[in-house]
Amino acid sequence: MKNHQGLLEDLAPRKFGKRGKIWTGILLIFIAAGIVAYIDQLIKGQVVTNMRDYALWGIYISNFVFFVATSFVGSVTVAVLRLTKNKWRTPLVRIAEIISLASIIMAGITIVLDMARPDRLLNLFLYARLQSPITWDVIIIPTYIALSFLLLYFPLLPDFALLKNYHKGKNSTLSKWYGRLSLKWTGSKAQKALQEKSIRLVAFIIIPVGILLQTIDAWLFSTTYRVGWDSTNMGAYFISGAFVAGLGALITVVCIVRKVRKLESYITEYHFDKLAKFLVLACLTYLYFNVNEYLIPIFTATVEEEIHLNALVFGEYSLLFWFSQIVGLILPIIILIFEAGRRPGPMLVVGFMVVIGSWWKRYIIVTPTLLSPFLPIEGVPESWQSYFPSLHEWIITVATLAMALLIITLLIRYLPAVPIQRTADEKVMYPTEKDLEP
Amino acid sequence: MRDNSLKARRNFLGKGFKIGLVTILGGIGLSKIASRLNANSNKSEEYKMDLMTTDGVIIQVNASEVQEIEQPTNPDIKYNVREGIPNRKFVMVIDLAKCKNALNCVESCNKHHFVTGDNAWIKVHKMQDSKDSAPYWMPRTCMHCDKPACVTVCPVDATFKRRDGLVLIDNERCIGCRFCMAACPYSIRVFNWSDPEQGEMSEVMMHAVPEGLHPEYAGMPSIKGTPDKCDFCPHTIRKGELPHCVKACPNGVFYFGDQYEDTVTNGEETLRLGKLLEDKAGYRILEELGTEPRVYYLPPVNRLVDFEDGLENYDKYQSVDKSDIE
Ligand code: SF4
Ligand code: SF4
Repeated sequence: MKNHQGLLEDLAPRKFGKRGKIWTGILLIFIAAGIVAYIDQLIKGQVVTNMRDYALWGIYISNFVFFVATSFVGSVTVAVLRLTKNKWRTPLVRIAEIISLASIIMAGITIVLDMARPDRLLNLFLYARLQSPITWDVIIIPTYIALSFLLLYFPLLPDFALLKNYHKGKNSTLSKWYGRLSLKWTGSKAQKALQEKSIRLVAFIIIPVGILLQTIDAWLFSTTYRVGWDSTNMGAYFISGAFVAGLGALITVVCIVRKVRKLESYITEYHFDKLAKFLVLACLTYLYFNVNEYLIPIFTATVEEEIHLNALVFGEYSLLFWFSQIVGLILPIIILIFEAGRRPGPMLVVGFMVVIGSWWKRYIIVTPTLLSPFLPIEGVPESWQSYFPSLHEWIITVATLAMALLIITLLIRYLPAVPIQRTADEKVMYPTEKDLEP
Repeated sequence: MRDNSLKARRNFLGKGFKIGLVTILGGIGLSKIASRLNANSNKSEEYKMDLMTTDGVIIQVNASEVQEIEQPTNPDIKYNVREGIPNRKFVMVIDLAKCKNALNCVESCNKHHFVTGDNAWIKVHKMQDSKDSAPYWMPRTCMHCDKPACVTVCPVDATFKRRDGLVLIDNERCIGCRFCMAACPYSIRVFNWSDPEQGEMSEVMMHAVPEGLHPEYAGMPSIKGTPDKCDFCPHTIRKGELPHCVKACPNGVFYFGDQYEDTVTNGEETLRLGKLLEDKAGYRILEELGTEPRVYYLPPVNRLVDFEDGLENYDKYQSVDKSDIE
């Protein structure tokens, strides 16, 4: 029991310190700026962006794809590791679930930001046509939001009950809220069985739904005739890319949360080692698909494809292309191959590299293709022949990223970042494992 | 007191209901009687009518036996915009041998569709297929594909394909996702990134068009946050006229017609579509994609004009002349 209390002291969510407050404040400022910019965009129309008739999608869409990709981490780490009974996931799943939920919510919001007539959002339901990939998205994103929420919520029930008692007397409102959220959890056998069953069911469903989500996202592009999108490789390519982006985000957040919340004795180097190997696997898979996507077409490229590939590899996008390939993919593999690279410090850097590389990778998927159409770009102002996001687009996009971070921050503020009950149970169940492994 | 008022209300409701019932019954009765009376008066006169049958024979019948059948007084009311003009299949042929980049088509299209953006609906591309082949001018409209990529991906059925071949946009339903633009392999769609600023025209047109805002009057007015594109001018073909570009071209490059009738015309000559395509080896652009365009091209052989003649009109960075829109 004393052990239990110690765990609670360590793992119970804590009030923001000074750093936490500043961080939240900064996020709020970014979000406020984004809202102002978005209102301006609503009033003036999307002229405020640098999107035009050829570059008709921009960073709103690539940012959307990025969010969808990072949301995959929930199904991968949580569900897959759970079903394969990988024990090392325990202190990481909660954070993965939180990232997943925040990302998929932001994906839903971001796609609306790109719509030029958000006032007609309802038409998506009134006149929905099933053969449009956008309609598939309209179905799959809310489904994934719901599943991610449940996958976060069900395992939280015992922790809520613990927190209710923990805060009793100290903070009655908080205690009351945790009590309500715990749904009268007592930890009885029947409850445990039901909870276990529910979690297993959600974990089981979320895998195909997660894969579908990524695939539909890929089909948004591959259902067009466009050079560089019209590829049968796209579905698998996006899934493996999501694997990388999601794990990158997870590693970054885990590093920071561990530091800030002083969880060093719960999230140990053992876990980082496992995470690192997992990421290497993901990166290698993605690299394989990248070879399929960019290298092999050289042999059979049509004229249009060749122009497109040239622009990527040697031309105006080469900087971003190589950045996302080298910094976002190859360097992380190299760093993580060495044992010294699989420590928290270097891994924070690797995490950032992967996340930033993944973000630009999405940009590289969207923009260059749109600017290499089949017929020449003629009769439009010179500025329409290239694309770089406008100030409005940057402010709004940064705001969406800030909003995702705010959701993550708030959830970590009020939820135990590492499952308390489960950690306690495992301590009882496998007392030696932990002693041996760190 | 309260009881009373409640009762009063109930009473009132009950009465109201009864009165309503009586009125309805009365109405039915009256109309019955009226129709009887009418029939009686007809019979008493034994009036005969002269009528002409569909094969032209004049016959006489008792007027009492003549019954009026319901007929739409205004055929436009029954007309379904999403179905199109019955029993037609519009098609266009563009003869590259005659084009010298006169740009009258673009001008006329811009003017009649009140294009105020930076991207015209029709463009004339300067084409050269390979380094050693001869350059030529290629006017390009919407292909009104039979398997339109744009229609397939539209999530709300805002852009649609009609039986008469046209692909149109319902700008009042569109959510502005631009997926149709991404999907169109010919990149022909233009978008209203801001308010189109067509000025008073938009209000004038809104009242001039019988149906109000209407996909057949694309661009009149254009709507912010939705795409526009070449519409094959259904507003003129319904009047029995040719599309603006066809009428405007001084060189007779555009032929327009009905595939069912197998005829196309450029305003001067009317030709058999099948024969024209056969004689001049008609083809469609990006045929290999399988979009089944409704626009055919005749290759630039035996040119009637010099390619160089068109160069003076060529402007890579402008397709809408805005000098007269202050
Ligand atoms: S040319 Fe493009 S816009 Fe026109 S019907 Fe075909 S796919 Fe649609
Ligand atoms: S922009 Fe409008 S017409 Fe085009 S696909 Fe989206 S909803 Fe349909």
